[in-house]
Amino acid sequence: MSAITTYLHNIGKYGIFMQRVFSKPENWKMYRRQFFVEVDSLAIGSLGIVAFISLFMGAVITLQSAFGFESPWIPLYAVGVASRDTIILELSPTIISLILTGKVGSSIASEIGTMRVSEQLDALEIMGVNSAAYTTLPKILACIIVFPFLIVVSMFLSILGGWILGVLSGAVSSFEYIYGIQYNFSVFHVYYSLIKSFVFAFLISSIAAYYGYFTNGGAIEVAQSSTKAVVYTSVLILVFNYILTQLLLV
Amino acid sequence: MIELININKSFGEKHVLKNINIKLEPGKCNLIIGESGGGKSVTLKCMVGLLEADTGAVMYDSTNFSTLPVTERKVFRRDFGMLFQGSALFDSQTVEENIRFPLDMFSALTPNEIKDRVNFCLEKVNLLDANNLYPSEISGGMKKRVAIARAIAVNPKYLFCDEPNSGLDPHTSTVIDELICNITKEFNMTTVVITHDMNSVIEIGDNITYLYKGEVWWQGHNHEVLDTSNKELYDFIYASKLLKNLKKK
Repeated sequence: MSAITTYLHNIGKYGIFMQRVFSKPENWKMYRRQFFVEVDSLAIGSLGIVAFISLFMGAVITLQSAFGFESPWIPLYAVGVASRDTIILELSPTIISLILTGKVGSSIASEIGTMRVSEQLDALEIMGVNSAAYTTLPKILACIIVFPFLIVVSMFLSILGGWILGVLSGAVSSFEYIYGIQYNFSVFHVYYSLIKSFVFAFLISSIAAYYGYFTNGGAIEVAQSSTKAVVYTSVLILVFNYILTQLLLV
Repeated sequence: MIELININKSFGEKHVLKNINIKLEPGKCNLIIGESGGGKSVTLKCMVGLLEADTGAVMYDSTNFSTLPVTERKVFRRDFGMLFQGSALFDSQTVEENIRFPLDMFSALTPNEIKDRVNFCLEKVNLLDANNLYPSEISGGMKKRVAIARAIAVNPKYLFCDEPNSGLDPHTSTVIDELICNITKEFNMTTVVITHDMNSVIEIGDNITYLYKGEVWWQGHNHEVLDTSNKELYDFIYASKLLKNLKKK
């Protein structure tokens, strides 16, 4: 098959897979229970790494902005404005999503891939359970619901990190930073960011589940599926980042 | 009764199953034996719908399983129990959670009734104290027994076992064979066992089908298999020197 045929084949297969994922659950109670398990393991489990990265990235953005704005013609509160907009528009929704692709995406792909090669998915099918829906739907819902929360936490901690380390390093005063953060603030930027995080959460969970579900072979193939999931999701996040920015901001 | 009618299956150029016609009797241990790569597992997967046959039909009594729509097939499969080669237990769940999974999913039993049923199944496989252990904490033989307990939890009409003795020592293999045999008789199930374990063939093979290079080569009972005049089956059964020497004596 040529590259284009393979690409189209994968899109079709992904569509059929999603149709199976979003079919009616056999038992809502069991799916709900699985949803909370996924919320805990996929989303809440990512809180630590998101917090750590956000604090330091926020601080670095503030320091870089202060370094770039060393001009008497630019007021120092511009450091706060630039940091805020960079964090809300790009750092938190996109960079954190790319990091979550590595953590959550690879975890989903390898978990479902391992279930495939150890016949656990076949066992579900034999019991009369829709294995695609049972393994994937709770993960997608958990990511869609909790990722925006993680992104909001990331925004808050990045701005906080920028404030604390910006002030401690003497790059900007507390008053100017806070004034900059509040200056000409647009709530729509937060909505835009949350819309992006919904879309990215869906891409991360569904693409990783797709590659995991169609794993064939053994341990090496599980690793390959995990790698493919991370690579393709990262590429698609960047493409959709551009599309959504074009649609929502421009 | 399970009946396979003219089943053919190919993977690309490779014709794996060639016109398979088998009748599997209810209340008995039906064994499908043959060399590795002979098409046993593919036959089983076609039987339960994990693989689609290219042609032919799989009949469960009067129901043509091959033509059932996906939704009806899902419901029909609730009469299936299956023991996989690698046990296929859910790693993240305890033994008890594994066994109660199909009951939680499909039965209308109360939590106490489910608990009783789980303990009943664990008692059947002699694993009464293993409720809270994880699959990673138990041996291969115990995993197989838990898988059997999970398979019989919903009281299935059909039990499928894919190489139940693989990777087990001779004593544990015998225990698993006896379990399968007893459960089949006690619950009057139609059991299908895929194996190349000669001990199983002799001990529990009520009805044996020998597959050779994707074709049904021989069919009969365990008391006939040792005296077969079929060359390929004879070579398969007496492949080990020990059995060959015993036969000569």
